[in-house]
This record gives sequence, C-alpha cells and structure tokens, in this order.
Amino acid sequence: MSFLIDSSIMITSQILFFGFGWLFFMRQLFKDYEIRQYVVQVIFSVTFAFSCTMFELIIFEILGVLNSSSRYFHWKMNLCVILLILVFMVPFYIGYFIVSNIRLLHKQRLLFSCLLWLTFMYFFWKLGDPFPILSPKHGILSIEQLISRVGVIGVTLMALLSGFGAVNCPYTYMSYFLRNVTDTDILALERRLLQTMDMIISKKKRMAMARRTMFQKGEVHNKPSGFWGMIKSVTTSASGSENLTLIQQEVDALEELSRQLFLETADLYATKERIEYSKTFKGKYFNFLGYFFSIYCVWKIFMATINIVFDRVGKTDPVTRGIEITVNYLGIQFDVKFWSQHISFILVGIIIVTSIRGLLITLTKGMYFVSSVLLIRMSMPLEYRTIITEVLGELQFNFYHRWFDVIFLVSALSSILFLYLAHKQAPEKQMAP
Amino acid sequence: MASLDRVKVLVLGDSGVGKSSLVHLLCQNQVLGNPSWTVGCSVDVRVHDYKEGTPEEKTYYIELWDVGGSVGSASSVKSTRAVFYNSVNGIIFVHDLTNKKSSQNLRRWSLEALNRDLVPTGVLVTNGDYDQEQFADNQIPLLVIGTKLDQIHETKRHEVLTRTAFLAEDFNPEEINLDCTNPRYLAAGSSNAVKLSRFFDKIPGFPDRKRFGAGTLKSLHYD
Repeated sequence: MSFLIDSSIMITSQILFFGFGWLFFMRQLFKDYEIRQYVVQVIFSVTFAFSCTMFELIIFEILGVLNSSSRYFHWKMNLCVILLILVFMVPFYIGYFIVSNIRLLHKQRLLFSCLLWLTFMYFFWKLGDPFPILSPKHGILSIEQLISRVGVIGVTLMALLSGFGAVNCPYTYMSYFLRNVTDTDILALERRLLQTMDMIISKKKRMAMARRTMFQKGEVHNKPSGFWGMIKSVTTSASGSENLTLIQQEVDALEELSRQLFLETADLYATKERIEYSKTFKGKYFNFLGYFFSIYCVWKIFMATINIVFDRVGKTDPVTRGIEITVNYLGIQFDVKFWSQHISFILVGIIIVTSIRGLLITLTKGMYFVSSVLLIRMSMPLEYRTIITEVLGELQFNFYHRWFDVIFLVSALSSILFLYLAHKQAPEKQMAP
Repeated sequence: MASLDRVKVLVLGDSGVGKSSLVHLLCQNQVLGNPSWTVGCSVDVRVHDYKEGTPEEKTYYIELWDVGGSVGSASSVKSTRAVFYNSVNGIIFVHDLTNKKSSQNLRRWSLEALNRDLVPTGVLVTNGDYDQEQFADNQIPLLVIGTKLDQIHETKRHEVLTRTAFLAEDFNPEEINLDCTNPRYLAAGSSNAVKLSRFFDKIPGFPDRKRFGAGTLKSLHYD
C-alpha cells in the first residue's frame, strides 16, 4: 500500500518537472525561434524530468521520507531510464539531425545516423580502457560499466566548467579589474566608426557608378571561369575591371576595420555599464561577495593541489570537520550531530540548486547529473552513503575525486592564463591612435 | 555627388532572416554566394533612377545600411547600434516567412529604430509594447519584405502570406515576399520591382527631406 502512495508521489513530481522543463525550453532557450521538430523538446523535457527526480531522491534519502524499499526501487528504475536515454537515444538523435542537415546524405539519413551512433558507441566503450574502473566481478553490459563511463565524461566536463567558473566569477564581479572608461572615449570611437562607414560608402558609390557605365557601354564584366578563362583575363583585361578589383580590396579592408571598431565600441559600452552598476548598492554587494568567492576559489585550487601532491582523498565530510574545528577552537557546547545533519542538508540543497542552474545553461545534461551524484556522495556523512553505494555498485569513487581535482586544477590555471592575456591586451589596443 | 544628397535606408530584422542576401541582391543584382554572420553594420549602395521615364528623372545613390544583431541583444550592443540610426530616410523591415517570431520581433525593431529622438539617454523607456500613436506622425517610408519564400510548401503559401499583417492595420506599408536566392523575383517589370521603385521614389520625394533624429546627446558631424 505504501509502495503505491510513494510511487504516485514520485510520478506526480516527475510530471511537474517535465512540465517545467517544457516551459523553460520554450521560454528561455528557444525564445526567438520557431520549433519545428517537437521531438527535441520532448527529449529535453524527459531527460530534465528524470534528472530532477534523481536529485529529489537524494533529498528524500537525507530526510528519510518514503519507504526505504520503494526508494531503492525508484532509484534503480530512474538510473536505468536515464542511462538508456543518455547512451542510446540522445546520441542517436543528435546524429540523425546532423545528418539531415547535410543535403547529400538526405536519402539515406537513417542509415548514416545509425553508423554515426555505432561510432559513438565504439569510442564511448574505448573510453573506459585507460581508466581503472573495470571490475572483474560484473559482466559487460551491466549498469556499473555504463555509469562509470558516463561518470568519467561528466566529471571531466564538470571539473572544466567549475575550474573556469571559479576564476571567471570573481573576475566579473570585482571592480578592481574594471578599466576606466569615459564618455569621450566612446564618442571618439563612434566618430571613427562612422567615418569608416562613410569611406566605405564613397568607395562603393564609385564602384556602382563604374559598373553602371560599363554595363551601359556593353562591357559585361564576366568572372573568369575555368583555366582558360583565367589565362585570357591575364592578357586582355578591361581597365574598368582592374579598377574595380583594387577598390574592392580596399573596401574589404575597410569593412574589416569597421567590424573591429564596432566590437570595441560595444566592449566600451559594456564596461561603462559595469562601472555604473558597481556604484549601486547591488553592485557593491556583489563586489563584496566577489572578494569572498575569490578567496574560496583560491582555497579550492590550493586544496586540489595538495590532494594531488600528497596523494590524499577527501574522506571526512567537510561540514562536520568544519564544525568540529570551530567547536574545539571556541569551546562552545554544540550538539555536532544534530546541526551537521541540517547543515549538510542545506549544503546539498545549495549544490543542487546551483547545479540545476548551471546545468540548464550548459548542454551536457544527463552526464552532469550522474557525475554530480557521484561527487555529492563525498559531501555526505557516512550513514547516507550506504544507499547510494548500494545502488551504484562498487565503483572506484576515489578515482573520481582524484580525476576531478586534476581537471579542476588544469582548467582553473588555464583560464587564469587566458584572462590575464585578454586583460593585458585590451588597454594596449585603446592606446593605439 | 554632394553629401547633401545622401539617402540612407536602414535594413532591419532578426538574425538569419536574409538581410545581407537581400541587400546584395538589390545592389549588385547577383545572388550572394557565401552568406555569413553580419557583425556590426554592412553598407551597400544602389543606384536608383528617381522618377524613371519622366522628364524629372534624377539618379540617386541609395545607401542600404544592413544592421546586424537581434532584438534581444545586450544593452551595450544596442547602444552601439544606435549610432547607425541617425538621419534615416527610409526603413526596410525584413522577416523570415518560415519563422513566425521574426515578424513579431519587427515591432521591437521599429521601436528601437524610431524611438531614438524621444529618449535622449538611449535607453528604451517603453517595455516593448506596441504603441500605435508613435506611428501616427511618423513620416519615414516603410517597406516590409518576407524572405525564404521558396522554403514554404506550395499548399501552405496562402496561409503564410495572409498571416503577415504587421503594421498593415495602421500604416499600410508596402509588402514584398520573395526568395533572395532567385533574382527573377525582382526582375524588371515584375510587380515586386514596381513596388520597390515606388518605395524608393517616396524617399527623395519627401517634403523638404526632413532629417529624422539629428542626434540629441551626440553631435556627430560626418560630412
């Protein structure tokens, strides 16, 4: 009886998530376009719904809601469905749509999309070989195999993104990095832009008039076609067309310049807006947060380095550890167990919410969620870990933590380098006349 | 040609509707071979015979300013685009016949282009709602062109062509539907070509060629 109630709760929440994903797709992602293939929207919403249910199950796990056996059943079912969609349906449809866009293969697109899918599966399988995830106990097509592969890809992507985000976020929010932009700078650039446009226009007018007179005189300007045409045009070229090609080259150069000026002006406007925003209360608040966040990011990078250098894997739950330290330091009587449960629940909630937001912006949905689950496992106290471990089988979790740290570090360092170079280059461009 | 005889026509529309192909077709009478994204603004010039065939015939250069981007761009991009909207003599609105949203977005484009001198800070005060009174005293000739006609199946054509009623109820602009990869739609003597030259004729025949939006905050002289 309780199983039926639990199942109905799960199913209603799934339908809710499905509707939400559908709306999000229509309102945000495809705001300015018309949807021609509804299949895409359906797949998106289904994947989104199942991914959200997975997170919901984690929350239920912590809270102890619903029957334990029904939870287990739903976990298994959810995981199966997500893996099915992720590994079979989505790549197939991606391949199908790519192939449909190529005019040549239009007739046999089904065949070619199957071929594409098979190549994808081959590489997907090969992915597992260099990593220590194969356990001799389980067979080939078991869930553990699929999860481990999906997990590797997902963890890599997540580490890349968080590495970049950890560096980019403080850079965007902190006003220390903002260059000073005045109105006169913007006006000067706009003047230059309009002058360039005028030069382009006058040259094009000359070209248009030249073409018209040529047309009226009967000299039709033929493009040299083929090998013999080119040889002929070398010897007998009308003077009119020579002028035209020269002017055309000048026009091309000017057009490139106008594009550069346009982009620079847009950049200056954006910087000016950011400066104004930072003077408001909201801006100051975010600036403050930015400082804190940058400290946190630096700490994370530091911890990642230490983990790699000293070959250590995070074993204790950071929240519990943090509370232990504060309790010992401040000497306050604190019921550690009671508070840590609630705080870890809140933390998991925050991670979920930010993951959802980050995920709805990136493309690789399902892999992100599966790997999130794997990493969340690290943040949860021991007693919660049991059910997840039971469901996901004996994956080498330590490997994932190490892999995440490595990729995170690499990504953060390279984005620091990239942003530094971009920052250096910009003020130099402004000084050039 | 003296700079006083400048005739500037904006070509506005969403990303990917075919403005660059259209401008190329109008100015060079050739189909654009490799269309790519327009960054900023690209200009082309069309030689037009005002009042062709009459004794008052005069040759004008019409500058077609093809402004790239979408209505939902960041406000910094919108402010940068605003510099192109000075002294406009005519506007061509382009929408994609296969994409309904592009014709709906034309309203926001018209607000962005025509509201310039009402709001000196360059920030749109209206929230994008269509206000019919704005067009009451608007004297700039407008033209609406629908592209990609060839991609619409024969049976659906009638339904699509009657759907595009933008501005028709208040301002009655000219409307042309064509395919930019096929020059025969604008062949001399076709009804489309007649509509086009009628539109271009309206511009120089403008009473004392009032310069719309001569810049309130920015005083740029580009003679």
